[in-house]
Amino acid sequence: MAETAILIENLVKRFEDVTAIDGLSLEVEKGELFGLLGPNGAGKTTTINILCGLLEPTEGRAVVGGFEVSKEPESVKGLIGVCPQDTAVYPFLTGRENVELFGDLHAVPRESLRRKADELLEKMGLAEDANRQAGKYSGGMRRRINLVMGLVHDPEIAFLDEPTVGMDPQSRRAVWDFILELKAAGKTVILTTHYMEEAEELCDRVGVIDHGRLIALGTPAELKERHGAVDLEEVFIRLTGRRIREGA
Amino acid sequence: MELGRVLALAKKDLKKTIRETGALFMTLLFPLVMALAFGVAFRGIGSGEVSGLDIGVVSLEDPQDPWAIKFVEVIEATKVLWVKGYDSNETAQRDLSQGRLSAVIVIPGDFGEGCDSYSAFPSEPSLWMNTSIRLYLDSGSMMAAYTIPPTVNNALSVTIHGELPQAVPSPIHVESPSLVEARNLSSFDYMAPGLFPFAAIFLTMIVAQSFVYERQTGLLRRILVTPTTSAEFMLAQVLSNMVVALAQVALVFVGAFLVGYRPYVDPSVMAFSFLIVSTFSLCCIGFGLITATIAKSEGVATGISFLFIMPQMLLGTFVPMGGTQLGRIAAQLMPSHYVTDALTSLLLRGAPVTSPAILLDAVVVSIFGVVVLLVGILLFGRYGKS
Repeated sequence: MAETAILIENLVKRFEDVTAIDGLSLEVEKGELFGLLGPNGAGKTTTINILCGLLEPTEGRAVVGGFEVSKEPESVKGLIGVCPQDTAVYPFLTGRENVELFGDLHAVPRESLRRKADELLEKMGLAEDANRQAGKYSGGMRRRINLVMGLVHDPEIAFLDEPTVGMDPQSRRAVWDFILELKAAGKTVILTTHYMEEAEELCDRVGVIDHGRLIALGTPAELKERHGAVDLEEVFIRLTGRRIREGA
Repeated sequence: MELGRVLALAKKDLKKTIRETGALFMTLLFPLVMALAFGVAFRGIGSGEVSGLDIGVVSLEDPQDPWAIKFVEVIEATKVLWVKGYDSNETAQRDLSQGRLSAVIVIPGDFGEGCDSYSAFPSEPSLWMNTSIRLYLDSGSMMAAYTIPPTVNNALSVTIHGELPQAVPSPIHVESPSLVEARNLSSFDYMAPGLFPFAAIFLTMIVAQSFVYERQTGLLRRILVTPTTSAEFMLAQVLSNMVVALAQVALVFVGAFLVGYRPYVDPSVMAFSFLIVSTFSLCCIGFGLITATIAKSEGVATGISFLFIMPQMLLGTFVPMGGTQLGRIAAQLMPSHYVTDALTSLLLRGAPVTSPAILLDAVVVSIFGVVVLLVGILLFGRYGKS
């Protein structure tokens, strides 16, 4: 029986009178690449924030790597790597310094940090610009360095919150390859996206969220078959009556 | 507590200070430029430079005594020495030590009696009432050393004998002059101690802007999902800002020195100056955190930080706003006031570091620093992270 990496049970999150997550239950296996799909405002980022310990759930519980997030957030933070949806880099630091800073925050030994940073910067096509200040990077470069910063410490569980938004096709391809390498290395990856083709290409299973509720769960092939759709975009239309990029 | 994390974050903050033009100017260049500009502007004002030879006369004699009055009139008649009367020797000595006078003459209380005894028995020295005039000279003025003793002796002779000195004895003589080292203090000398806390005050704005920026851009959240603890994060802030404060002290010293500022400085004074300003920087970090808790944007943070900066600046540094009763009371509430007070005693008056007043100032600044910083950390931790 596969080991559980993430367990979400009856999760509810309310912000005053808005319910962002409404009774979400989910289980992700270790080594699985799981896609969390849904339009903007569906509750994907809120779910990720709860799993990272940034937000307290109103009800329910979340367990990451065997640790209940609200009770043992420090243990969870030692296991996870997060690539936030909005690019968050220090513009006055070089690309390499940004990456190494977050390696230091995860207490990665200096020598292996240098090696890992070199490897990731090379993979993301940033090696040549690694010593330039990130403030002078293009939008695509910033998004790539944003991803590297979240994964330089080689985490067991990676939360990638819309990592390819706004990227050109070439950069997106590089990120996809990188995500597949993570999976091949046995990492558990939670990928939120509203690019259906991205989910189809990468994910072992996907969960479709709308208005904070899980409305579908399965492999891309299962979902398409179940709803008689040619792609996941059509699955979403069948389930909600609207296109995914029209918003919640 | 992982020291590597603390150092990595502190290094990041210091890189920001050096690489971001705005932060570099406010934290390091501004204090240097300010010390240079203020030094150039105020160095010459009130410098007490001697024009002619001003001498202070302290008369311990009855103000109506005709001999003492005559002696002073004779001195004034020389047109070489310009007389300023003083009620106490202490006040006159202070002006002499600060270069406002070239000499101080102390007329003894029995001056008139001595003159009377000579006048009554000019040829019977055994019946004279002998006394002496004390003379203090500015040791740094060759002109005073050469001119004043003979001029005073001549004036004494004219007073007693009615003519220039003869080879005749007299009941009154002028003592060998005591040499007093004079310091010519300018307005800048009085302002300079206040420049040190003045520079550090702006850390409030820098810290507030930095925290708001990290929160707005998601960098703070990003750090919060690493194993970094709040204590490590705050310690890094404290460390990096204390380093900045130390650099500010050094720059103000250098800037002021370049324009001729020469305070009483020995290693203990330097060490104390660095210590008290870096302790004061804790207050500024605390105020910065309080500001960042309230402010929703960097612009608002800048505005709110001035609510902390302005009172500290106007009531606790070199800006002479604490002259009123209300101002003096309000100044007691400003940590910067205690820093300026301690540094004024050290650098201007040459008081030892171990003076009770200076140590009390240091204790008050430390208490302010710890309390304000803790309040800032608690408020930011509770309300400011999101």
